Amino acid sequence: MTAPHPIAQSTTDLEGGSAPGTDRRRFLGYVVAGATLITAADLALGTSDAQSVVTPPQPAELYDLNDLLTHAALATSNLIAIQLHDDGTASFALPRMEVGQGITTSTAMIIAEELDIDVAKVHVSLADARPELLFNQLTGGSNTTISTFTPIRVAAAIAKGALLDAAARLLGDNLDQVRVKGEGIIEGLTGSISYAELAREAASETTRQVGVLLKRPEQFTVIGTPHTRVDARAAVTGQKQFAMDLEVPGALPTMICRAPTLNGTPVALRNRDAVLTMPGVTHVAEVPTGYAVRAETFGQCIDAVRAMDVEWQDGPLVQQSDGDVRGHLRAAQLPFVVPPIGRTVEHEFTFWFRGNSALEPNCAVADVRSDSAEIWAGLKSPVVAQEQIAATLGLPIDRVRVHVVQGGGSFGRKLFFDAALEAAQVSRAMGAPVKLMWHRADDARQGRTHPMVVSKVRASYSGKQVNTFEQRNCSVRTDFTHGLGEIITRFAAQLPVAGNYAFAQTIYLLTQELGYNFGVVDQLLNEVDLPFNTGSMRNIYSPDTRCAAELTVDDLANRMGEDPYEFRLRTARSPRTRAVLEAVAEAAQWGRSMPAGTAQGIAIHKEYKGVTACVVEIDCRPETVGRRIRNAVTGPRVTRATFAVDAGLVINPRGLEAQMQGGVMDGIALALTSSLHFRRGRFLEASWDNYFYTRHWNAPPEMEVVVVDNGVTQPGGAGEAGVAASFAAVACAYWRAVGGPMPTSFPINHQALAFEPKPFVPPVPASPTDGRNHMY
Amino acid sequence: MPTHTFLVNGRRVQVESDPDVRLLWILRDRLGITGPKYGCGINVCKACTSHLNGRAFNPCAVRVADLGPDDEVTTIEGLPAAPDAGGAEDPDLHPMQEAWIAQDVAQCGYCQPGQIMAAVATVRAARREGREVTDADIDAIRNICRCGTYFRIREAIKEGARRM
Repeated sequence: MTAPHPIAQSTTDLEGGSAPGTDRRRFLGYVVAGATLITAADLALGTSDAQSVVTPPQPAELYDLNDLLTHAALATSNLIAIQLHDDGTASFALPRMEVGQGITTSTAMIIAEELDIDVAKVHVSLADARPELLFNQLTGGSNTTISTFTPIRVAAAIAKGALLDAAARLLGDNLDQVRVKGEGIIEGLTGSISYAELAREAASETTRQVGVLLKRPEQFTVIGTPHTRVDARAAVTGQKQFAMDLEVPGALPTMICRAPTLNGTPVALRNRDAVLTMPGVTHVAEVPTGYAVRAETFGQCIDAVRAMDVEWQDGPLVQQSDGDVRGHLRAAQLPFVVPPIGRTVEHEFTFWFRGNSALEPNCAVADVRSDSAEIWAGLKSPVVAQEQIAATLGLPIDRVRVHVVQGGGSFGRKLFFDAALEAAQVSRAMGAPVKLMWHRADDARQGRTHPMVVSKVRASYSGKQVNTFEQRNCSVRTDFTHGLGEIITRFAAQLPVAGNYAFAQTIYLLTQELGYNFGVVDQLLNEVDLPFNTGSMRNIYSPDTRCAAELTVDDLANRMGEDPYEFRLRTARSPRTRAVLEAVAEAAQWGRSMPAGTAQGIAIHKEYKGVTACVVEIDCRPETVGRRIRNAVTGPRVTRATFAVDAGLVINPRGLEAQMQGGVMDGIALALTSSLHFRRGRFLEASWDNYFYTRHWNAPPEMEVVVVDNGVTQPGGAGEAGVAASFAAVACAYWRAVGGPMPTSFPINHQALAFEPKPFVPPVPASPTDGRNHMY
Repeated sequence: MPTHTFLVNGRRVQVESDPDVRLLWILRDRLGITGPKYGCGINVCKACTSHLNGRAFNPCAVRVADLGPDDEVTTIEGLPAAPDAGGAEDPDLHPMQEAWIAQDVAQCGYCQPGQIMAAVATVRAARREGREVTDADIDAIRNICRCGTYFRIREAIKEGARRM
């Protein structure tokens, strides 16, 4: 790399302005040596400013999870690069994972904005695992746009500057005489020239550092404009490829026969020879989680798994059920410490286990050779996956290639790489490439879960003033051993003393901010280390913590004789919170007259450098609750949802709206229908007809998302921001509709088992054959 | 092993297979037609929804041996050639696919081929009864979307139906 060589090359530089480093829009980046124009920027650029502070702040108010994630990136200084091609398109390999949250679209928009080309001409792919990025290849905490916004803009703006330089040279004009006309054409005094023609002309033989001034927000024409997803057509034509759609030579379908109890282990396969002679079967192998079978089709894998006669060692929790787990959590609850002042309210809430399965089950393709391995999977922490797989196989890291494939949903599940590690183990054991997929029953029963939580709240008040608000969340240990995306923090989370708990407490404190002026506020986490397979589910601790808090807020409002909305508005700590409350109340017609058995509910949440508020209307009348649909849970129905979101600077309002709509569906499921039941060491749920995520018949037919602009110039997070307020709003609405004691067990239908559990041996159900009888 | 003959997306195919293999795996693992997705294998999630002779069905729950030579399977890949695709502006799309793009329905996209095939069949079923698709019809669609795109699906079905 040559010595730093700042040049005044972009049109924006001609405006003058301050020296690099002293202007919030002025940054340094690179023109990188290449055959066509390549520009780059350090992924650590543009770390966030400290937020404004109100006294006394909670930790999350000063320095939140996104600051931690963004600052974790400071340890590295590695580059992300944009390449311009001679067909006039630009390409960029994003070191994050697309799972439906829309970051390929928003990233293409950010590049199109600074480069002044059509969004359709920007191709965003997902980068393979890049171990040199260390922490900086984790997709989580709704942090992608927060952490990548500035570096991507810098690289794109430098590219435009280099194109203008080259255009001026070729047209024989001065730099101040050329300008981007739009549509990838630069025009000068004497003629015009396209980006396509310039891609090679603007290429550099050396890598050099250059300065650049970014656009002002008021100059934006793409950012902030609704845009359809870049993969919308691929998704609706079946062309979008997920891991199991890839054609990797020799990689045949593979499944694993798993234990009937959670984390049970294989002892013996008694009929190995018989299984090997079944139609289509090519290999059988033992791995730590069971017996793997590889066959010509997945259907034949299912048949072989069902035929296996296996002796198992029971898992460590075989004596436990979820009622026992609740007992452990209650016993480990941290005490309240703030002396109450005035009258006291105290509530205890139970949030049962929930599944974070995506619709695409755990899966991965692996081709492990004696001296190398190649992996294809949906991975949100690919660097950790690469390092762990290399360690397991005894290979150097640079002999393990890890390709990140777009995921069919994540919801936290793809933070871990269980299937990728297993696929590597199976491929090594069989000496053949494998396309490993978990059966849905495996995904539900042995897959990771959102840990069960007991949350206690104590608040005290006198007159119209809340004096203290304490919350104690006791949870089954949430596995954070994916760390911040890199093996060093992964091992830090495994340390026995500081360890996962310190990491978890840190995450908890960095994400929770109550948002109300309630005097002394104190929210703490404790964890019980039980050997469940856990992981963060979309929005981690916040939906449960928020639901417990907001129900208590409604209780306080009742006791003070105040309307739930007016009480929240009066006690909200920040203008941004008040703004979303006012917006949601107006759009939802808060306080409108509702029939008996129906009600509105309202709640807020503050996270991801943004604020949200939700109002739902729920129908708990018998004719609605008792609706009968075959093999379905109906129950109370949310008939209308209104959601206001201030997510800072919005890149794609259409994508933001989609994320809030999806978050509302999660909130409805958490409040009303979706949980896992744990009985004597087994999760009973085995498929989507047992685990009642929101379905068409539960979804609100009326829905509105209001995007509130509070003039913030930095983007916030979107992917998880819709869940907490909507869960809490549904819980509050339900209580207001049915009256009586406050609901304190979620989802509300958990206690009555609404299905007949499927058998545990064999571990997966047979596929039916009567599909022709259910046509319509 | 017996040979099974049927039509897929207008093309006659012959597959040698164990007769019990469900059609989903013939499509995906043998024929490389990957639009229909696996989500449960027991006909509850509906991610593999396709059409058999114009009606919605789930290939995870039909043995390949239960198809006859005149049975016509249509997956999402073949939908643009359906008889009711004529209202589309783009000849490579069905109007329901265009409505899906217009409403920007998909998030992760994994369930959407099945959702679209279910939507088309639901509109056709209503038309066979001499009426248009209703909210109650949409409420009864069983396809699960874990991203929670239900509201935009609802809007897209109504828009797609208008152009079918």
